[in-house]
Amino acid sequence: MAGPTGGPDVEGGSEVAPAELRAAYLRRWEGRTNFMQGNEAAALGSIYAGCSFYAAYPITPASEIAEFLSKAIPLVGGSFLPMEDEIASISSVIGASWGGAKALTTTSGPGFSLMQEAIGYACMTETPCVIADVQRSGPSTGQATKPAQGDVMQARWGTHGDHEALVLSPSSVQECLSLMVECFNLSERYRNPAILLMDGEIAHLRERVRLPLAKDVVLEGRPMGSPGDAPFGGRPVPPMVGFGRGAAVHVTGSTHKQDGMREASTQATHDRLVRRLVDKIASDRDKLERVEERFTEDAGSAVLSFGCAARPALGAVLRAREQGLRVGYMRLVGIWPFPRRAVARLGERVSRIYVPEMNLGQVSREVERFVDCEVVPLGKIGGVPHTVNEIVRAIKGGDGP
Amino acid sequence: MTPPNRRTPSHLRYLREGTLPTTFCPGCGCGTVLNCFVHTLDSMGIDAGELVSVTGIGCSSWLLSPYLKGDTLHTMHGRAIAFATGVKAVMPGKRVVVIAGDGDLAGIGGNHLVHAARRNVGLSVFLVNNQIYGMTGGQVSPTTPSGVRTTTTPYGNAEYPLAIAEVVAAAGANYVARWTTYHVRPLMRAMEEALTTEGFAFVEVLSQCPTNYGRNVGMPTAVEALTAFKERSVPAEKACGMQAEELEGKYVVGTLARRARKEYTRVLREASEAARRGEAG
Repeated sequence: MAGPTGGPDVEGGSEVAPAELRAAYLRRWEGRTNFMQGNEAAALGSIYAGCSFYAAYPITPASEIAEFLSKAIPLVGGSFLPMEDEIASISSVIGASWGGAKALTTTSGPGFSLMQEAIGYACMTETPCVIADVQRSGPSTGQATKPAQGDVMQARWGTHGDHEALVLSPSSVQECLSLMVECFNLSERYRNPAILLMDGEIAHLRERVRLPLAKDVVLEGRPMGSPGDAPFGGRPVPPMVGFGRGAAVHVTGSTHKQDGMREASTQATHDRLVRRLVDKIASDRDKLERVEERFTEDAGSAVLSFGCAARPALGAVLRAREQGLRVGYMRLVGIWPFPRRAVARLGERVSRIYVPEMNLGQVSREVERFVDCEVVPLGKIGGVPHTVNEIVRAIKGGDGP
Repeated sequence: MTPPNRRTPSHLRYLREGTLPTTFCPGCGCGTVLNCFVHTLDSMGIDAGELVSVTGIGCSSWLLSPYLKGDTLHTMHGRAIAFATGVKAVMPGKRVVVIAGDGDLAGIGGNHLVHAARRNVGLSVFLVNNQIYGMTGGQVSPTTPSGVRTTTTPYGNAEYPLAIAEVVAAAGANYVARWTTYHVRPLMRAMEEALTTEGFAFVEVLSQCPTNYGRNVGMPTAVEALTAFKERSVPAEKACGMQAEELEGKYVVGTLARRARKEYTRVLREASEAARRGEAG
């Protein structure tokens, strides 16, 4: 049944915005090469992905996503809600997801902190939804207008209790679009929140983007069940039985049985539930590894980075190689689950890995867990990105940034 | 409206098999509220499957989760209205119902309550006000009367209680009423009006918690509490002409607001359609 006035179809299962409205909207973009900002590309990526519900609270440096989607979402027949805070934003996103919508919220560090309880709720209730965190310099209000990469661990461990995280980090405006789509796909496939870990630099960067044809963008939907199916167990990713299907589905953040009914006092129930929630992603860890690797065949050392810091990192590798230094390059596209196999292989090949990142060592410490070679953290904070020279200097044995 | 009738428990079809008896303490007002709610549904001919229930955390959130047999979202403490807003936006044809307590809706979730009322989003919200954090053992809540000793106000509550229904009325809700677990018939009429209001509808139900509130205030059983609700209630129309001092310790009951503002998600949809027409033209 279509909503009474052209709203999203609420009874058809894994819902996207009405297909014809989305197709009509994307015709103005698809196939073109545009000069765009990262935030705009991320917003547009969500439309490609079929997002039909967006709720957020204004925050620098993420606000342009909301501004873009305030125009776009109504045109594709979806709902744009300017909520009273970030807790309300993620909460309404989860509600909308159970109503059948692909749903998104976007924020920056302070708002991301406020969302953490609800992210755990989405993990526990196996609710597909996407959160983009445009990282800015913290802690606290910090440098509100300056970029940073300090939320790597918050994206992994911000909510309480055991859980897995699906986190991708774009290094270009193009990737803001493509990884936003991928976040939706991961989120739907695993029935778990997915996080697009952006940063203020990529978000406000403008560069060339090739906008794909909508038909070429592969979209995944959540596994759907029928009334009577166990929506919370029985297989690694159980079928979702959403609202409005006559199933009297019971969704709770409390520990629950396969049918969704609370059973919070039983050790075995909790153990079975939470281990499955973790394992459904952890067991696919190898499949989920996403890295970009260059010049590692002959490398004696390597620079490993992600997000905005990967850009000067690549520049430094190119310059060092011009100077005859055999330096390799690895960029983490997927941050969580951590690409441990790729990183371990790199660690076997090189004697030293430099890790430039705009924090004080959140990824470099994770790298250390999987390699025996030397790991040199090149953390830089204060809102100013690494320069190529700083990284080259460190590679040559001088002081880092 | 058909009065509750113990001999024809047709309302049991509204409740999930296997969840009864309820976990509510003896004398708890939640049973009365649940009873009134399912009888209201029954008299209106509404099937539980037509509703989406959204609840928070606390004893009264258990009214719908797990007992009501319909789609149910048992959410985080304080956030039920925000979750429900998302549900309503994508399922505009559904009646979306929230039942939660005073700590949940007026305390930790007060922000969402005020803004949902301001937006006039189409939710039917029932706040079961037992004037205490009951589930956690009887700590002072935003609606606990001044001076009352609770487990966290051993020297008496230093704060003034929040008149939450008046706050919601001021915020712009289309329908606001307050009743008590003593006033079951007017409460059911208010529930019916809340379920048929297009826009934000809010009913505060003063309720008793003998276990964690009544015992501390000389009302150890439901009888004392219901007697107090009966004797200390003042109809809203009469309260208008009374001084603040006269209303001290009284419960103002009745309808507090009726408006005909357009429902929020309808406004959104109409604006979207207009935008699309503008694009097309």
